[in-house]
Amino acid sequence: MTRAIASLRAAIDSDLAWRFRQSPAAMAAAALLLVMVVCAIAAPLIAPHTPFDPATLNLMDSRLPPAWVEGGMLTYPLGTDEQGRDVLSTIFYGMRISITVGVAAVCLSVVIGVTLGLVAGWCGGWIDAAIMRLGDVQLSFPTIMIAFFIDGVAKAMMPPDLREMTRFYVVIFAIGIADWVQFARTVRAATMIEKNKDYAAAAKLSRVSGLKILFAHVLPNTLGPVIILATLGLGVAILTEAILSFLGLGMPPTQPSLGALIRVGNDLLLSGEWWISMFPGLALVLLVLSVNIFGDWLRNALNPRLK
Amino acid sequence: MIAIVLRRLGSILLVMLVVAALSFLIFNFLGDPVNNILGVNATQEEREELRRTLGLDQPTWVQFWHFLERAVVGDFGISYRNRQPVMELILSRMPATVELVLCATLLALAVGIPMGVYCALKPNGVVSRVLQMIALIGISIPQFLLGMLLILVFSVELRWLSAFGRGEVVTIGWWSTGLLTPSGRMALIMPVLTLAVFQISMIMRLVQGEMQEVLRSDFIKFARARGLTDRAVNLRHALRNSLLPVVTVVGLQIGALIAFAIVCEAVFQWPGLGLLILQAIEYADFPVMAAYLALVGFGFAMINLTVDMIYLFIDPRMRRK
Repeated sequence: MTRAIASLRAAIDSDLAWRFRQSPAAMAAAALLLVMVVCAIAAPLIAPHTPFDPATLNLMDSRLPPAWVEGGMLTYPLGTDEQGRDVLSTIFYGMRISITVGVAAVCLSVVIGVTLGLVAGWCGGWIDAAIMRLGDVQLSFPTIMIAFFIDGVAKAMMPPDLREMTRFYVVIFAIGIADWVQFARTVRAATMIEKNKDYAAAAKLSRVSGLKILFAHVLPNTLGPVIILATLGLGVAILTEAILSFLGLGMPPTQPSLGALIRVGNDLLLSGEWWISMFPGLALVLLVLSVNIFGDWLRNALNPRLK
Repeated sequence: MIAIVLRRLGSILLVMLVVAALSFLIFNFLGDPVNNILGVNATQEEREELRRTLGLDQPTWVQFWHFLERAVVGDFGISYRNRQPVMELILSRMPATVELVLCATLLALAVGIPMGVYCALKPNGVVSRVLQMIALIGISIPQFLLGMLLILVFSVELRWLSAFGRGEVVTIGWWSTGLLTPSGRMALIMPVLTLAVFQISMIMRLVQGEMQEVLRSDFIKFARARGLTDRAVNLRHALRNSLLPVVTVVGLQIGALIAFAIVCEAVFQWPGLGLLILQAIEYADFPVMAAYLALVGFGFAMINLTVDMIYLFIDPRMRRK
C-alpha cells in the first residue's frame, strides 16, 4: 500500500507531470478526451435512450429538431434522426465504435511496424532492404488511399451477409495495414543504434539468445518515439475511419460510428435537418482535435532536444 | 546527376510493378473475365473457347505479361456495370477530377503563399494571429464536414449555389470543361474551396515556418547590410529559399488531393473519377477498380518524379551530391 502511494507520488512529481501542469492546452485537451472516452465507455449507462433497440423507437418522434429550437422536445436534447433515434445517444454509441476502431487500428500498425522494424534493424542485409523497400513503395501512396483500396476491394469481394459481419474487422485491418511504415522506420533506426551498445554485447556474451535480446532488451529502449507516433496516429486513424464510413465503406448503419452517422445525416442535409449530421460532426472534430493537441504536447514534452 | 535520375527511375519502376501486380490480381482473380464478356448464360464450350483465346489457360506469369502489354496501351477490358470499355469510362470522368484538383492546387498556392509570407514578416500582428487561428481550424476540420457546412450555408440557407453536379459543361475534343460556362464556374466554387482549405492552411503554416527560419540566417543579414531594399530581401532572397520544401509538400499533396477528391466528389455528387470508383466498389466492378488503381499509381509515380526533377532544377546543391 505505502509502496503504491510512493510510486503515485513519484509519478505526480515527475518531470512529465510537471510539464503537463504547465500546459493549459494539454490539460484542456486531456480533460476533454477523458470526458469523451468516459461517455463512450459508459454509453449504455448514461445515454438517455437506447438508440439500437427498435422497441423503444417511436417513428412519431422522428426528425425532431434540438430541444432549444421550436418543435424540439426536452427528452431529445440534440434532436432525433429519421428513425426517431436520439442524436445525443447515437453520438455516445458512435464515439464508442470510432474510438475502438481507432485504437485497434493503431495497435495493429504498432505491432506490424515494430516487429518489422526490429527484424529489419537486427538482421540487416537483404531482409532489411526488402522490408524498407516495401515501406518506400507504400509511402508513395497516401495512407487514406491504401485504406480505401483494401477496404473497397474487400467489400466488393464479399457476399452481402458476410460483409456486414466482418465490416468491423476489415476496417481495422485496412487502416492498420496502411500506417505501419512510420513505426517500422523509427524502430529500425533505434534498433540499429541499440544493438551495438554495450548492454546488447554483454547479453550476447552471456549467451542470451538473439530473440530474447531483441524483444526483452532492445525493444523497450526503442518504444519512446513509438508512443508519440501512436498518439498522433490515433487522430489520423479515427479520421480515416470516419472518412471510410462516410463513403459507405466503413461501419454499417446498424452499427454506426461517427462517420456513418454523418453519412446518414448527409442525405437529410438538403431538407434542412442539419442537426442529424452536424452534432456527430462536432463530436468527431472535438475528438480528433483533443487527440492531436495532446499528441503534439507529448511529442514536445518527451523530445530531449527541446528540453 | 544522371545517377540520381536513374536511381529515381528505378524506384518508380519498382512502384509501378507492384501496382501493376495488384491491379492484375484484382482484374484476373477477383473479376472473372469470361463472365465479363460472355455473360452468365454462355455454354461450357463457349467458355473454354474464350478461355483459350484470352490466354487464360496459360501460366500466370504469361498472363501477367499480356495484362501489362494491354495496360500500357490503356486496354483494361469492359466495365461490368456500364458495358463500356473501361478506358473510355475513365477518360470521360477524368476531366472533372483533374479540373477540381488543379483549381484547388492553384487556389491553395495563390492564397497560401502570400498568407504565409505576411505572417512570417509580421508574426505578432492582429491579422497574422487571426490567419494563424483560421489555419489551425483549417487543418483540423475533416473535408467532408467542411463541404457539408458549405452546402448548409450556401445551398440550404442562402440558396446561392447548387449543392451538386458540375453545371453546364463545354466539350472540347474528349475533354469536358466547366470553366467556360457561368453555371460551370459557379458549381466549381464549393468543391474547390472544400478541397483547398486544408492545403491553404498547410502551405501557409509551412511557408511561415520556413521563412521565419530563413529570415534569421546570416545571408539575409548580409543582404540587409548591403543596403538592399526590404522588398528585394524579403521576396528575392528570403521567399525563394523558403519555397524549396513547399515544392515537395505541394507535390505530395497533389497526390493526397486525388484521394481526398473521392470524398469531395461524394459530398457534391461531382461526376469525376472518385464517384466512378465508389460506384465500382458498390457494384463489384473489378475491371474499373483495376484500371483506377493502375492509373492512380501511375499518377503518383509521375508526380513524385516531377517533384524530384523540379528539386534538381531549382536547388543546385542537390545536383552536386
